Amino acid sequence: MNLILHVWRQKGPNEKGRLDQYEAKNVSPDASFLEMLDEVNEGLIKSDIEPIEFDHDCREGICGTCSQVINGIPHGPDKLVTTCQLHMRKFKDGDHIYIEPWRSKAFPIIKDLMVDRNALDRIIQSYGYTSTHTGGIADGNAILIPKVEADEAMDAAECIGCGACVAACPNASAMLFTSTKVSQMALLPQGKAEAALRVKAMVEQMDSEGFGNCTNHYECQAACPKGINVSFISRMNREMMKAMPK
Amino acid sequence: MILDGKCPTGPIQDTWDKHRFDMKLVNPSNKRKYKVLVVGTGLAGGAAAASLGELGYNVEAFCYQDSARRAHSIAAQGGINAAKNYPNDGDSIYRLFYDTIKGGDFRAREADVWRLAQVSNNIIDQCVAQGVPFARDYAGYLDTRSFGGAQVSRTFYARGQTGQQLLLGAYQALMRQVKVGSVKLFSRREMLDLVVVDGVAKGITVRNLISGEIEKFWGDAVILASGGYMNVFYLSTNAMGCSVTATWKAAKKGAFFANPCYTQIHPTCIPQAGDEQSKLTLMSESLRNDGRCWVPKKKEDCDKPAAAIAEDDRDYYLERKYPSFGNLAPRDIASRAAKEQCDDERGVGPGKRGVYLDFQTSIDRVGESTIKERYGNLFQMYEKITDENAYNQPMRIYPAPHYAMGGLWVDYNCMSNLPGLFVLGEANFSVHGANRLGASALMQGLADGYFVIPNTIAHYLAGITPGMVKDDHPEFQKSVEEVTGQADKLMSINGKKTVSEFHRELGKIMWENVGMARSEASLNNALKKIPALREEFWQNVKVTGSKSEINSQLENAGRVADFLEFSEVLTKDALNREESCGGHFRTEHQTADGEATRDDENFTYVAAWEFKGTDKEPELHKEPLKFDNVKLAVRSYK
Repeated sequence: MNLILHVWRQKGPNEKGRLDQYEAKNVSPDASFLEMLDEVNEGLIKSDIEPIEFDHDCREGICGTCSQVINGIPHGPDKLVTTCQLHMRKFKDGDHIYIEPWRSKAFPIIKDLMVDRNALDRIIQSYGYTSTHTGGIADGNAILIPKVEADEAMDAAECIGCGACVAACPNASAMLFTSTKVSQMALLPQGKAEAALRVKAMVEQMDSEGFGNCTNHYECQAACPKGINVSFISRMNREMMKAMPK
Repeated sequence: MILDGKCPTGPIQDTWDKHRFDMKLVNPSNKRKYKVLVVGTGLAGGAAAASLGELGYNVEAFCYQDSARRAHSIAAQGGINAAKNYPNDGDSIYRLFYDTIKGGDFRAREADVWRLAQVSNNIIDQCVAQGVPFARDYAGYLDTRSFGGAQVSRTFYARGQTGQQLLLGAYQALMRQVKVGSVKLFSRREMLDLVVVDGVAKGITVRNLISGEIEKFWGDAVILASGGYMNVFYLSTNAMGCSVTATWKAAKKGAFFANPCYTQIHPTCIPQAGDEQSKLTLMSESLRNDGRCWVPKKKEDCDKPAAAIAEDDRDYYLERKYPSFGNLAPRDIASRAAKEQCDDERGVGPGKRGVYLDFQTSIDRVGESTIKERYGNLFQMYEKITDENAYNQPMRIYPAPHYAMGGLWVDYNCMSNLPGLFVLGEANFSVHGANRLGASALMQGLADGYFVIPNTIAHYLAGITPGMVKDDHPEFQKSVEEVTGQADKLMSINGKKTVSEFHRELGKIMWENVGMARSEASLNNALKKIPALREEFWQNVKVTGSKSEINSQLENAGRVADFLEFSEVLTKDALNREESCGGHFRTEHQTADGEATRDDENFTYVAAWEFKGTDKEPELHKEPLKFDNVKLAVRSYK
């Protein structure tokens, strides 16, 4: 199939960006979206045009590196996939495709489709862990964790940290991202001891990074490639209330 | 030179404990005076940086990704082995040790493997304490499953995302140290040189991938945990950024590269669909717990839909060939068996390079919902890529390059032949011999990072004065000039072919000649083609843009340039090893029914190659392997 791409090109963080038009020809429906972009880039290089820079790495939907807003939707029109797992069979011959970077004040653009997501790392740094250190630990079965709690913790822990939730939110809120770590740890006995300290520190860091607040649009859940449920935001709010008097 | 792994002697079960006591320690208040550089933030590097930071060392950690959480360990699916024996099925440290030695086709060091099996149990405890949500039963106990090459159930897992969960555990521990300031993290940095002063590793040179600036960092020790080199085949299950660059640059500075020909081709990957394909996707080995591999018995059935082929007309070839291990035969054996069926023109799917992995029997036995719970994310991933529903029809799979058992040579302390240079995880060669068992990579990465290096690095550091060589030493300037020179050269060629075109061509040479089956003729063919391609690369590669900004073409050009040198050493190692063992299969050395034949008399050694110059022959150094605790035997899974 043949496609017309409208791609966000921006030389650097402080430069002005614009949408440039490119043609993608003879695209196989079995190709992934990024493989389609690879081919476009090969053509650009040969015509001495700088290729489109975009973030990507594992190309199997787990590292969370790829980050493109495709036709207005983070990770594109397919459900429960990252950009790298989106396949061209989801498009039709002659389609116009608009490709933009994540948009959020907390994710400054580096170049073209690449953004800086270190704000998410700083949220984890603020308290996204248990304060254990290597060694001297009791047996893994010493504290029992019934399947139901373990499974729910895992549902939260599936977050790949891609930031699609932020990109999808009208407020550029990072509540879904932050709530997954708060919830995972609060659900497990190993994380309960620090639950109050954790939720306060992480929410404070989230706010200071310039992410917006949650006003229940649930766009984050719709965009999340792992289908993480907004109920974790409610859990984080409950954890926050429990933590307040302390 | 005959190399010595400096393994402790005496009864094997006491070696690690005795060795830990014999090693020197660094006083707690002195630890902060030492600076340690860690390259890579996967399971090995992340765990090492976090653990060393906790101990009080001054750590600087580097990764090429934008965040430490994105290292490729994240993609490991199936699980992590440990000798807990929770299911009461006869497991023990000795059995894990034995299975790993045998799985590796008797080409790994006994002492290293014993230590790995011993600390495997600590790893599970450590990860549980970090909040890793391992699968558990309703009573709350940890659940396990089986993996290839083992007859016990010792693999702990977190759905199909075990690597992700373990890596996030290590990443969070690392982030905690970044917060307290014991670890400084440098993301989007790629190591492009090792700085060696008077034969001792003293620092690294990196490219800042955002600004393009070449930066130098000094350290009292350098830890490389930069992963494996399977992207030498172009198409592999590795992430796009995985490369041999960090370890190869170290090799060019004198570190020996050991057993590069031990490459693992994973049996269960989604078959290649087209020429534009950029990578292959793994389907976890855990699927072989419930999936049965088969191909049609008759060639004429290959084009029919799977459902139209009668049960009697299906050849469950692994169950037929290896009745005692069946579908859980080790990876090298399962891969070769799949290739054999396809070579016999009984493959299925496009191009007939595929075999079925069928879940129907298990779905009938335990129900679709149980299968979904066990492997739901893998079935979903399969559907997204192939547009096929594996609950209704069998998956199509084919082997793909996956893991490098070879790596930089290290002694028992994980230190290379260059003092001060430590190598962990997939980047070293140490424990998997000629074939790694499933769920053992996560185990090794975390064992090296959490439990080995914190002990062994102290022994080295205690013997040196901290901060004796810093980045004002002339060797650092020299290294910056070399690295800058290479970038200038790559930018200036302005040829006709793109970096990917060269990488694809190299991959094709390697896959066809140095892939799952190798012969003297194919290896010599590769040795003719690689230098020619390398020469063409340096004449005709095209890199656009500038070196002083983000330039992924330039990054890839550097990586491909290194693959073009390294691939030759890999091929020479394969040519030198006149036997078949594990992932290294020489067609000249097989039994009548196609099983690998080792040559223990002549090849029970580690082959460690010393780089002597790009167009010069590398020098082979040998480390003889001794087996005191297991008997060298023909590896049989029948």
